[in-house]
Amino acid sequence: MAKNQKTYSISDLQKKANAIRMDIIKMLEKAGSGHSAGPLGLADIFTALYFRILKHDPENPDWEERDILVLSNGHCVPVRYAAMANAGYFSRKELMTLRQFGSRLQGHPERQRLPGLETTSGPLGSGLSQAVGMALALRMDKQQHRWVYVVMGDGEQDEGNIWEAAMLAGKYKLNNIIAITDRNNIQIDGPTETVMPLENLKDKWEAFGWHVLEIDGNDIEAVIDACQMAKAIVERPVMIIAHTIPGKGIDFMEYDFHWHGAAPNHEQAVKALKELRTLGGKIRSEHE
Amino acid sequence: MMNEMHLVAQVTESEPIRKGFGRGLLQAGHNDENVVAACADLTESTQMHLFAEAFPERFIEIGVAEQNLVTVGAGLAAMGKVPFVSSYAAFNPGRNWEQIRTTIALNNQPVKIIGSHAGLYTGADGATHQMLEDLALMRALPNMVVLAPGDSVEAAKATLAMAKDKRPNYMRLAREATPIITTEHSPFQIGRAYVFRDGKHISLISTGTMTAAALEASMLLAKDGVQAEVVHVPTIKPIDHAVILESAERTRHVVTVEEGQINGGLGGAVAELLGENLPTTMLRVGMNDRFGESGKPEELLKHFGLTPRHIAMAAHSLLMDHSGHKH
Repeated sequence: MAKNQKTYSISDLQKKANAIRMDIIKMLEKAGSGHSAGPLGLADIFTALYFRILKHDPENPDWEERDILVLSNGHCVPVRYAAMANAGYFSRKELMTLRQFGSRLQGHPERQRLPGLETTSGPLGSGLSQAVGMALALRMDKQQHRWVYVVMGDGEQDEGNIWEAAMLAGKYKLNNIIAITDRNNIQIDGPTETVMPLENLKDKWEAFGWHVLEIDGNDIEAVIDACQMAKAIVERPVMIIAHTIPGKGIDFMEYDFHWHGAAPNHEQAVKALKELRTLGGKIRSEHE
Repeated sequence: MMNEMHLVAQVTESEPIRKGFGRGLLQAGHNDENVVAACADLTESTQMHLFAEAFPERFIEIGVAEQNLVTVGAGLAAMGKVPFVSSYAAFNPGRNWEQIRTTIALNNQPVKIIGSHAGLYTGADGATHQMLEDLALMRALPNMVVLAPGDSVEAAKATLAMAKDKRPNYMRLAREATPIITTEHSPFQIGRAYVFRDGKHISLISTGTMTAAALEASMLLAKDGVQAEVVHVPTIKPIDHAVILESAERTRHVVTVEEGQINGGLGGAVAELLGENLPTTMLRVGMNDRFGESGKPEELLKHFGLTPRHIAMAAHSLLMDHSGHKH
């Protein structure tokens, strides 16, 4: 958790996740382009990471004792920007500069532009191997109390670079890596199992020497529990396959791969925000 | 030869350039405990074994996975390490260029990329392994420093300089023994070019293994009354504007010499520099838009026109065509 930060209850965290989703919709509408489905699906995981799991300090992004979070599927960066702003790294107002000229919030994340990003990513498949390098460096420096988290897409696991890294982490039994696969089953051309079947994904990772946990990635409590459990696995790296709903929280986006690489227009954004504000109709007074 | 360059009086020894890298890396490991190394299953070939044996806990065997090699390097650098990552140039940067671009160059991490077995000196292995495009590929990347030392002695110095340099670096190495032309006292600094021989009629601007050939060519030219200046360019990027422009201004005729594609390589770099600052009559000696093939290095250098005689002929033809220089 963040330095000097209070402990949030699960219901507080769910409200945070909702606020982050609303920010994502506003940012993407303003930007006029970008990816919607992935960031919305990852909102619960990023909320859990930034408000409970990660040891970090928004006031001092380079804090020497911090945990490292690598975002491998860089196109999902709106969720990271929104989580960072809500955690206090920068003002939420700056979120509205996403993808604009001169902004620190590049379309795909650039480490040198914004403190706290750790890597530059977008071209897929290279996050895990950088995390492996970081984990090796921490082991050499006997900094085993620091963790390297890496969030990866499922579609990007078509890339060979991922499996090269998986082998190396397995070889060196890098137990200080906790990887999270955003298993939302979609990629640009369609369902992952049509474009390039990944199943059985759990068996694949286990065969590469990893301990695999499978969870509901939209259940914040499950994400927190899985990360705690992962820390207790000392003999090998851990992959958490987090099943998420792409476009989670917005009825007309959920499960639709067309929203992978699209941003909402004004009308769609109004509709989406209304849905989020009323928690999908659960708050009846604001519905209608 | 200019005394201040402390070159050997006469070439008597030869050694593969990669051996100098191996010694330099071992020394860099002793100098700085943050220096680490990773290799893609070519540890002895790339001469990383000296470091790996001395510092096993700071060496990572990656396996035959060059994309992983450089991205693991980027991760190590992100945590404050000074990683040297080596393989053959055909794969590193040949295979993993995008990973280098995104995670090292754009990300601006000080990873030290070593491409061994570059150029025709790779010999019998043939065109697949004779990397000729590495200088062009790496020179196009912002933030990247590109080095091609002229012999093993200079390679050791370049390695030590890389370990201290805060930028991403690429260094090209060769497999077969090539003449040792410099000494421990010869100067080396990243970003500097050196006049190895003074001349007033023509400048032979060379890099890597070809500087020894250019020096030999200058002696052949001297017999014909042509005083050729030899400018050694071990740093292709950032290229030394001052030394190259001064030499070109003096001689008004330039021949570039390299063991790689002239398009985008040293020839390209010098043509760009002169074209914008001091348009100069020039010829580029090197591989002209073609691949190599199997053979002994000396057979290949002769076949592709990279011997001292070929360099001297190129110089003569340039002088004949463009200055009416009679000799």
